[in-house]
Amino acid sequence: MKLTIERAALLRSLAHVQSVVERRNTIPILSNVLMEAQDGRLGMTATDMDLTIVEQTAASIEEAGATTVSAHTLYDIVRKLPDGSEVELSVAGDGGQLRLRAGRSTFTLSTLPREDFPAVGPTDLPNVFTLQGGEAKNLIDRTRFAISTEETRYYLNGIYVHAASSGDLPVLRAVATDGHRLARFEMPLPEGASGMPGVIVPRKTVNELRKLIDEVEDGIEVALSDTRVRFTFGNTILTSKLIDGTFPDYERVIPSGNDKAMSVDCKTFASAVDRVSTISTEKSRAVKLSLGDGALTLSATSPEAGSAEEEVVIQYDGPPIEIGFNSRYLLDIAHQIEGEGAEFMLADSSSPTIVRDLADTSALYVLMPMRV
Amino acid sequence: MQEAEAVQVLCRDCTALTTPTTSVRRCPSCGARRLVRHRELGSLSFAHLDCDAFYASVEKRDRPELREKPVIVGGGQRGVVSAACYVARLYGVRSAMPMFKALSLCPDAVVLKPDMNKYREVSRGIRDRMSALTPQIEPLSLDEAFLDLAGTSRLHHAAPAQSLARLANEIERDLGVSVSIGLSNCKLLAKIASDLDKPRGFAVIGTAEAADFLADKPVSILWGVGGALQKKLLSDGIRFVQDLLPYEESELMARYGAMGRRLYLFARGQDPRPVEADAPAKSLSSETTFEQDIQDLDSLRRHLWLLCEKVARRLRDKEVAGKTVTLKLRLADFRLQTRSRQLFAPTQSAETLYETGGRLLDENWKAGGYRLIGIGAADLVPGELADPPDFLDPQRTRRIAVEKAVDGLNRKLGTPAVRKGRSFTS
Repeated sequence: MKLTIERAALLRSLAHVQSVVERRNTIPILSNVLMEAQDGRLGMTATDMDLTIVEQTAASIEEAGATTVSAHTLYDIVRKLPDGSEVELSVAGDGGQLRLRAGRSTFTLSTLPREDFPAVGPTDLPNVFTLQGGEAKNLIDRTRFAISTEETRYYLNGIYVHAASSGDLPVLRAVATDGHRLARFEMPLPEGASGMPGVIVPRKTVNELRKLIDEVEDGIEVALSDTRVRFTFGNTILTSKLIDGTFPDYERVIPSGNDKAMSVDCKTFASAVDRVSTISTEKSRAVKLSLGDGALTLSATSPEAGSAEEEVVIQYDGPPIEIGFNSRYLLDIAHQIEGEGAEFMLADSSSPTIVRDLADTSALYVLMPMRV
Repeated sequence: MQEAEAVQVLCRDCTALTTPTTSVRRCPSCGARRLVRHRELGSLSFAHLDCDAFYASVEKRDRPELREKPVIVGGGQRGVVSAACYVARLYGVRSAMPMFKALSLCPDAVVLKPDMNKYREVSRGIRDRMSALTPQIEPLSLDEAFLDLAGTSRLHHAAPAQSLARLANEIERDLGVSVSIGLSNCKLLAKIASDLDKPRGFAVIGTAEAADFLADKPVSILWGVGGALQKKLLSDGIRFVQDLLPYEESELMARYGAMGRRLYLFARGQDPRPVEADAPAKSLSSETTFEQDIQDLDSLRRHLWLLCEKVARRLRDKEVAGKTVTLKLRLADFRLQTRSRQLFAPTQSAETLYETGGRLLDENWKAGGYRLIGIGAADLVPGELADPPDFLDPQRTRRIAVEKAVDGLNRKLGTPAVRKGRSFTS
């Protein structure tokens, strides 16, 4: 193998693939990136066995070939090379070391044979549809903050994506919950998705995908079966296992009888919550909402720090009600509301509350109150 | 200044503190021979109090016929030695030694099961007497504590050394157990001192001689230097405390992290750690050593459940909740395994502890037998944050209500009156 490639192009691709590689690996080959040079392209593959990323980039190939080398080491080297350098990569003989040359620098890196690199076999992914970059971003941003980290209920460690109907309209829905809050996002069902199984996309896959799609101009092709999903966009292919579990029946968690509606300017509300929560204890983060006629009082107390109170103008004509929430959960939701107004639908101080964006019905949030 | 300070003499019987001009062998006021001599007796105020062979002493107090016999307090055939009296120690018996080994060293020993309630009562008595001297008390266990008596001289009309001698006498007279006292100026030295003159001791390490005293001692004498660190220090050529002295604080910190700073200060006889009165518990745990090794996963699970019930009950009693669950296993070959897992929300429920602990057990269980199982809850937070309502698991709230109701019943009826069926074998 011998090739030359522009440092910027190599760095960009390496940045993408190395992020999949776990920092600590018990299996040495999984620390490596597979480099394959042929037909004017350098392909780079990294995997943690559950999630695999393949990225192609143009390079001038002198001699085709392949090898594997430590992903983080190679990334660190390329990162430190001066901007605009040309990088020459070559492998001498079979199973030899990888030589990297750029300007006056030369590195000789240990390799492992490409045959040892876990192969991603072609899998049958019968359901194929396309998401626009913006749609995928929204789908992830509106839901991923509610993904649970609880190891016992592993089936909550991802976003549940499935086809459903909202009224008569077929929709693609994404749901995440940890039992204390739930986030649901829906969008018109893309063509080809109607027969898809409900799948749980693991958190790491969601996070890696999110990092990569900011720059996506065309659509993202999503192909899936009930065990795997593949995202294809630009020069990148991300393939992931899905969480093998049953997502709970989240519909019954979304209350339907909450009749006390409060609307509030979202930015004002969020900054007030943020201020007041300075006082609430690190561990509880509780903030109390006291709703009265036209005014909402936010308050927090902590035995050590003291107390805080702030009044916010609201639209509300229900009976007075006091309810406590985790301030961080309130802020997570408020940050996803892009419109001016947020609407809270409450039942009483101990039942789940619904929050939505007044200007955008695609997302809905459910929040469990805290005892305050 | 140093020259001006004459040797002071404390009589441990009448607690008189005098500055005799000639060297004396008997107390000038009462004639007793139990004297402590030191230049800084009048000024040192930091103490470590340690009961002598505590559990065994309490047992001997209650059964005078055992006075001359080797007595070991510990659990069953398979347990470990919780305390060995000084007679048993002559045979080489030490606490934390496996019982079979202790009995092979000292076959005539009288082995008694620990009676924790009794020990707790004596301990409370000691604590009450300490509280009368100072609010600055940090109990380390039932039988030892740090006390800071700075500023108490005027209140008690006695120097801290005198108050401590009086305390030791009172404990011996009223509670029938003896204690050893280490007097110095910090935790590190007070704790070392209490061990110098055991049993029934009173030892002093002064500020002036602290560094000299430590210099030729092995580094393991320092607080926090256990097997692993000792090994690491040794590989860096540091065997004795004085070997630390040539290094700058920054060098030690670079090499040993936060501990490096401690080592730097410790080597100079300095320890800035204050007494932490009522330091809140960092974790709660319970463990059991089996009569015979257990291999079978179901039996292990049954034991685990009982421990989870116990830990959960104590969490609720103390109004705290744990966010991390730790499973502890000791294999038949004595190897220790601990596995921890963070919970999503803090808990004080036995079911939740068991769910997580049981999963850790399933994941780590191997054939070969276990001699001990334990479960602990760590990362403690206030009890009001325990088990927040979970809309995916409405049963959880109900289960916790059941556990609390059972607590109430058990408190009324005596501990294990009401239990889950899970703990019974068919």
